[in-house]
Amino acid sequence: MQWLPPQASTYAGDIDFMFWVILVITGIAFVVVEAALLVFLIRYRHRPGRRAHYTHGNTTAEVIWTAVPAVTMIALGIWSGRVWAEIKDRDRMPTDAFEVAIEAKQFEWTVTYPGPDGVLGTSDDFAVRNQLHVPVNRPVKIHLTAEDVIHSFFVPEFRIKQDAVPGMTIPVWFEATAMGQFEIGCAELCGLGHYRMRGVVTVHADDDLDLWLSAQTADEEAGT
Amino acid sequence: MTTAAGHGQADAGHHGLSFVRKYIFSTDHKIIGIQFLFMSLFFLLVGGLMAMMIRWQLGYPGQPLPGGGGLPETMAPGGVILPEFYNSLVTMHGTFMVFFAIMPLLVGVYANYLIPLKIGAPDMAFPRINMASFWIAFVAGLIMLAGFFVAGGHAAAGWTSYAPLSARPDLSGVHMGQVLWLVSLIVLGLSSILGALNYITTIINMRAPGMHWFRMPLSIWSLFITAILVLLAMPILSGALIMLLFDQTLGTSFFSPPEGGQPLLWQHLFWFFGHPEVYILILPAMGMVSDIIANGSRKPIFGYHSMVYAIAAIAFLGWLVWGHHMFQSGMNPMLGTTFMISTMVIAVPSAIKTFNWLGTLWRGNIRLHTPMLNALAFVSMFVIGGLSGIFMASTPVDIFIHDTYFIVAHIHYVLFGGSLFAIFAAIYFWYPKMFGRMMSERLGKVHFALTFVFYNLTFFPMHFLGMGGHMRRIYDPSEYEFMQGMQGTNTLISIAAFLLLASQAPFMWNFFWSLWKGAKAPDNPWEDNGLEWTVPSPPPHGNFAKTPTVYHGPYEFASPLVTEDYLPQSRPVPGAGGRAAS
Repeated sequence: MQWLPPQASTYAGDIDFMFWVILVITGIAFVVVEAALLVFLIRYRHRPGRRAHYTHGNTTAEVIWTAVPAVTMIALGIWSGRVWAEIKDRDRMPTDAFEVAIEAKQFEWTVTYPGPDGVLGTSDDFAVRNQLHVPVNRPVKIHLTAEDVIHSFFVPEFRIKQDAVPGMTIPVWFEATAMGQFEIGCAELCGLGHYRMRGVVTVHADDDLDLWLSAQTADEEAGT
Repeated sequence: MTTAAGHGQADAGHHGLSFVRKYIFSTDHKIIGIQFLFMSLFFLLVGGLMAMMIRWQLGYPGQPLPGGGGLPETMAPGGVILPEFYNSLVTMHGTFMVFFAIMPLLVGVYANYLIPLKIGAPDMAFPRINMASFWIAFVAGLIMLAGFFVAGGHAAAGWTSYAPLSARPDLSGVHMGQVLWLVSLIVLGLSSILGALNYITTIINMRAPGMHWFRMPLSIWSLFITAILVLLAMPILSGALIMLLFDQTLGTSFFSPPEGGQPLLWQHLFWFFGHPEVYILILPAMGMVSDIIANGSRKPIFGYHSMVYAIAAIAFLGWLVWGHHMFQSGMNPMLGTTFMISTMVIAVPSAIKTFNWLGTLWRGNIRLHTPMLNALAFVSMFVIGGLSGIFMASTPVDIFIHDTYFIVAHIHYVLFGGSLFAIFAAIYFWYPKMFGRMMSERLGKVHFALTFVFYNLTFFPMHFLGMGGHMRRIYDPSEYEFMQGMQGTNTLISIAAFLLLASQAPFMWNFFWSLWKGAKAPDNPWEDNGLEWTVPSPPPHGNFAKTPTVYHGPYEFASPLVTEDYLPQSRPVPGAGGRAAS
């Protein structure tokens, strides 16, 4: 049996906390309801000569069990909305981020890096298949799109998932908190190779990333 | 009501009908209900067998399917399931279960069978439209099955058929299969719309004298509101399907971006239909379970009026929540927050219903007959499915669990743990009325116990897979390192799933054996109050020899005014004439 994967991004903890809050609330509701069900089944089981209590309801009870879930649910909704906005609100995304572009296509991720000028969308950009290299402890902003069908960019340890849709460029960000390698999965059925549309994120220390980036550009120059 | 009574007398004289008119092209709502029952149980089995193949591949990836050697090379060469066939299986399991098993089992079977009998009408308002509705659904089923035999294989873009994958044969490798999928569902939509018109008209116009709105059983309330949802939602699906069919065949590009189409448009249209559809698949189950729980508890349903209002509230709010399927789709994230709040709110009427069922059990005199056991399973499993829905409703949590096995667990807790247990409850409860024979209680209880255990062993562990990040619709999870550790859980789930299918053997045996060998059913074997139990089992063509008059609500169990612990709706008792008070 699995539990939530290790956390490796700044907001992984916020999402997991929300998960645990909901688990506790729903856990209490689950235990209360199932226990009541079992107790009633045993206590009020049929016995010869018994007769059920004749009642059509109780307004006080019904008001309580309407109000309690209503207040709980709306509170959960408002709280969730705040966490959500911090992660996905497009007006609130970090501005000082390391930016890359990812184009998903059957069945690979093409990652485009800014070249030596550090700016995306210029002629010195270079692209690498299925390899996303990012700095640790610095926001990373991805301009996500798809060439053919819908895919979904998913890194379990970062708790990030975002569909990549042809015809749209969707901004998505994360800030990795641990160095190392993590898998990128495709979470939207995208055709017969969907199950093997796997990429890798490598989280580097800042200096390391610069080394890797310049090595790539050097390779490109050597190759041309 | 005079037209209804007149119609009944006219039909009662139709006993000299030929076999074909009586059992095949029948206009009798009861025969049509039974036809739907046989058809949808067949498709339930088809969907179940596809689930077994999916579970084989996940439990034992790449190993030859036992008995799979007979499958064609294009599906499983040497019995080893191919990725393209796996995607077709995933797609068609969902499609058959949703559109050809659960939906017709609830609506086709029980709306047809129960509405006229429970409201005291001789038949549906439009018996011939009703017949057409079944035969159109039958044709749709054949078209859907045909997809397995065409070049390129069956549709493989998921039961939700997200565009552009579903719109572009060059990207999916599937053309004819997808076209047949679309045509079949367009045809089926026509059947559903005709059925819904009929149910609504019948309930509004053909209630027996005294059957006031608030004396209707909750099964009829839920079927009535469901029919309204079907009537409003199906045309939206049909419209979307026609657009996708044009994209597939005529070269339009509603959903393909290179020519200016918009993939998210498909999702909006699909889920604007699809979320009401979710409630189409659960509301009738809730209604029938309410009837059965009151019967099993020998006690009036707790909070009858709030139960009705909760059904109506769910049906209304069901139109405002479709975006919760699209939180990660690229739709504006701020719109996601709106849909989250409406989704959170829709949990409230579901909670009300659950607490009212518990209130009904409280201080009851509970008889644990097979229908009651299955109805109680519905309540306890629907609670899990409802609560797990809150995780997905919370937008930040959804970022992680969206499109993982967590949602697979959730949908099966709602549709199997919920709808299908309710369907079993309904089959066991109304079988004596339908066929005039009792099913074996002992076999029924064996079936219930085995199903309950293996059902939970199959679907509960899927929550943990989802928490581990296991994606849906993955042909071979071992491609990912992070999922390799989950193989043990996957194999365990598969073994439980095989045993879950095997657990249906006592049901199938009981169902068919009892048709011929079951004990003769009395008129009212469960000592219930509904009008259907006042007529012979099975009821004759035209149902009621004389149009019944209704004197009180449907749940007058344990009434102090009578010595029995039940009080049929058509039995006049001084002082009990009022409607079911809240």
